[in-house]
Amino acid sequence: MKQFAALYRTLDETTKTTLKIGAMREYFSQCSAGDGAWAVYFLSGRRFKRLIPTARLREWCAQSCGIPGWMFEECYGAVGDLAETLALLLPDQTEGSTGSLTEWIEGRIRPLGSLTDEERHRTILSAWADLSTPERFVFNKLVTGEFRVGVAQQMVVRALADVSGIEAPVIAHRMMGTWEPIPEYFQSLLNRETGESDVSQPYPFCLAHPSNGDVQTLGELGDWLVEWKWDGIRGQIIRRDGQSFVWSRGEEPMLEKFPELTSASNQLPDGTVLDGEILAWNDAGVLPFSEMQRRIGRKTIGKKLLSEVPVRFVAFDLLEENGIDIRKLPFRERRLRLERILVERLDNKSISLSPLVSADSWETLARLRATSREQKVEGMMLKRADSEYGVGRVTGLWWKWKIEPYTCDAVLIYAQRGHGRRASLYTDYTFAAWDGEALVPFAKAYSGLTDAEIREVDQYVRKHTLEQFGPVRSVTPELVFELAFEDIQDSKRHKSGIAVRFPRIVRWRHDKAANQADTLDSLRRMMRHKHAT
Amino acid sequence: MANLVTVTDRGLYCEQGDFYIDPWKAVPRAVITHAHGDHARRGSARYLTTVQGRQVLKTRMDLDAAIDTISYGESVVMNGVNLSLHPAGHILGSAQVRIEFQGEVWVVSGDYKIDPDGTCEPFVPLACQTFITECTFGLPIYRWPAESGVLDEINRWWRTNRDEERASVIFAYSLGKAQRVLAGVDASIGPIFCHGAVERVNADYRNSGVTLPETHYVGAALAKQDWKGTLIVAPPSANGTPWMRKFGELSTAFASGWMQVRGVRRRRAVDRGFVISDHADWPGLVSAIRATQAKRVLATHGRTGPMVRWLQESGIDAAPLHTEFIGERDDIEIDAVEEGEADA
Repeated sequence: MKQFAALYRTLDETTKTTLKIGAMREYFSQCSAGDGAWAVYFLSGRRFKRLIPTARLREWCAQSCGIPGWMFEECYGAVGDLAETLALLLPDQTEGSTGSLTEWIEGRIRPLGSLTDEERHRTILSAWADLSTPERFVFNKLVTGEFRVGVAQQMVVRALADVSGIEAPVIAHRMMGTWEPIPEYFQSLLNRETGESDVSQPYPFCLAHPSNGDVQTLGELGDWLVEWKWDGIRGQIIRRDGQSFVWSRGEEPMLEKFPELTSASNQLPDGTVLDGEILAWNDAGVLPFSEMQRRIGRKTIGKKLLSEVPVRFVAFDLLEENGIDIRKLPFRERRLRLERILVERLDNKSISLSPLVSADSWETLARLRATSREQKVEGMMLKRADSEYGVGRVTGLWWKWKIEPYTCDAVLIYAQRGHGRRASLYTDYTFAAWDGEALVPFAKAYSGLTDAEIREVDQYVRKHTLEQFGPVRSVTPELVFELAFEDIQDSKRHKSGIAVRFPRIVRWRHDKAANQADTLDSLRRMMRHKHAT
Repeated sequence: MANLVTVTDRGLYCEQGDFYIDPWKAVPRAVITHAHGDHARRGSARYLTTVQGRQVLKTRMDLDAAIDTISYGESVVMNGVNLSLHPAGHILGSAQVRIEFQGEVWVVSGDYKIDPDGTCEPFVPLACQTFITECTFGLPIYRWPAESGVLDEINRWWRTNRDEERASVIFAYSLGKAQRVLAGVDASIGPIFCHGAVERVNADYRNSGVTLPETHYVGAALAKQDWKGTLIVAPPSANGTPWMRKFGELSTAFASGWMQVRGVRRRRAVDRGFVISDHADWPGLVSAIRATQAKRVLATHGRTGPMVRWLQESGIDAAPLHTEFIGERDDIEIDAVEEGEADA
């Protein structure tokens, strides 16, 4: 546990990729196979669900350090991170823990979920007493299911590749899908001899960079294949050994959530892996992502929902054919083989082909892209016809060319303290639009301002607070910001009657007064315009 | 009993003695607790500070500023008010102001730190009826680790960087914190360089009798200076400026009590954060307040809200006092105020 906490600290403190990889390399070359498996598990973004209600942790912590609940909340507000607040408040213990990461996780952390409240209380207090402050922080993160660390999957892969001498793409592939964090897994991950891989294992997804719109510089249009950019859930369908699997990019098995994909997947020839987008799609065509969210949010999917929001898989790539990894073939060739499979072998509209968009020039393509909203897509994907299927975000081969977002001017009316590196600053904002004489909140946004602007807004919030409700302050409505968002929908859940998707701040409109901000009417017009076209 | 200190638009004022304490506007008579920018401002007709604090204050004031001094513990009488200055343990020459008038005693803490360090007189608790306390770090999450352990960590960081052929740049407020770091590091690891703002204060410290290891001024280094393995002490405002470019490959660190909180560490975008503060931590504030046996506590700069409520719930008459002191803030603008001009 000591070494893992130290590794976490190094990863957390430095922003330099080489230092992060170096620290992981050192850890992986010294740890036991069991600790290695758990470290890979957590560093690759897997985590436990929350094992204990956080209210209990707050209570137990406040009790053990003899402070009232309100003081705990003040501290939490200043720190912006629960696990850290707990770790800082508890009495110092400088010796640090004994016991390996595996012993801590399997012996003390994982069992928490099935203990009674009283047993949990005892276990937590004794764990806190046995850990130093930095270890306690990591422990709390694991227990609350909030463990996150600033390393990209690719960095973990590189560290493991360095330690084992195995090529990074092979490591990346071995880390996909579900696996048990046991010593045998870690050994096989670093094993130079490839063992039998799991039949359900997906490939690492190939991702595109956003295009700045300067498509003319990409050369001959003929060297590119263009598709619509769908707004759904990226996924892989795997058919191997007579079994079907559906994976999302978050590496979650999804087939149970999408039963309508089962029979189509079962029709695929053995040894096939498709890459594509899972979309809500009824007889009229693709449905907005908000409909899709109704499907993902549910544990069990009722008949009604199945008929209201059916899904389909729109395939755009073929990664494995007849059990052979064909990711190195040029995209044009993979695409031809994909078309052949879908046309010749499949008689089921639940898996369809993502059509190519053809145009005679970049200008024509740009005009077509302008119709994206009518097509209910997010824009276009540009993929080099000769590109292989890379691992992670590839440069220069795949581009996403998204449509411009909607924008409006809105007034800041509430602010709340941020978390993490924005702790103690007011950075979480609620924005409103005019409805007659009243300002009605319709969007929350966190990102988009520079650090300097954030501090300026923070100062404003502190000096112009009208009322305080817990962590939220209402402020004099004077500051106007331009917001961008991807979509706008009717909403019965919001007072404003509208819901916007991915709102973020584009710029601070110092030049505008509050009364020049947009009205709910003008926002509704955007929505009507969308439906009219 | 009338108040011995009130807040006016020019600063904390003792009407009975007709003097101001750390005024933020020009006044006829200013008693200065210490030379940080938010406490010592230019333009007043006469200043009073400690003997030890004279040199650092003088450097920051106008050339012709009239600075009177008294020793720690020595008292002067102003209009029948007995005034004396006592060690606050914050930086060189820093003082608490004790005011006694007709049997009533008030103490204005200025900024203070309980744990001793080698660069200034250690804090002395004073009994009083009313205590005006700073509370920059007035939350129980702020509990400082032992200074020796932190200095070990700094040395280890510097040594590792030296062995891996990097320069080590540590950001520390140029008055006080920088000298504390200098006095504490193991100078045998390698040569030490300082930013101009730090080097000027080093001279004041040395002239005041504080021993610091040998340091060199960055601005006087030769163009071909090899920075690998050196320790460079600079004010936080230097971070991210072109001034940093010449050092080549480097590791950065920030020395501050705010480094206790991870989010602040990350916002600073430095490689390492070392928790080393010139202010009292929460246990320090609480013990200092208790030691005064004050019946009334007025809390200023920092998180006054929680401190006031905490004291009230502990049965002490407490209230916030609104001043323009900043203490040590966790954001960046303050550096500019604190550090004065940037180095050329």
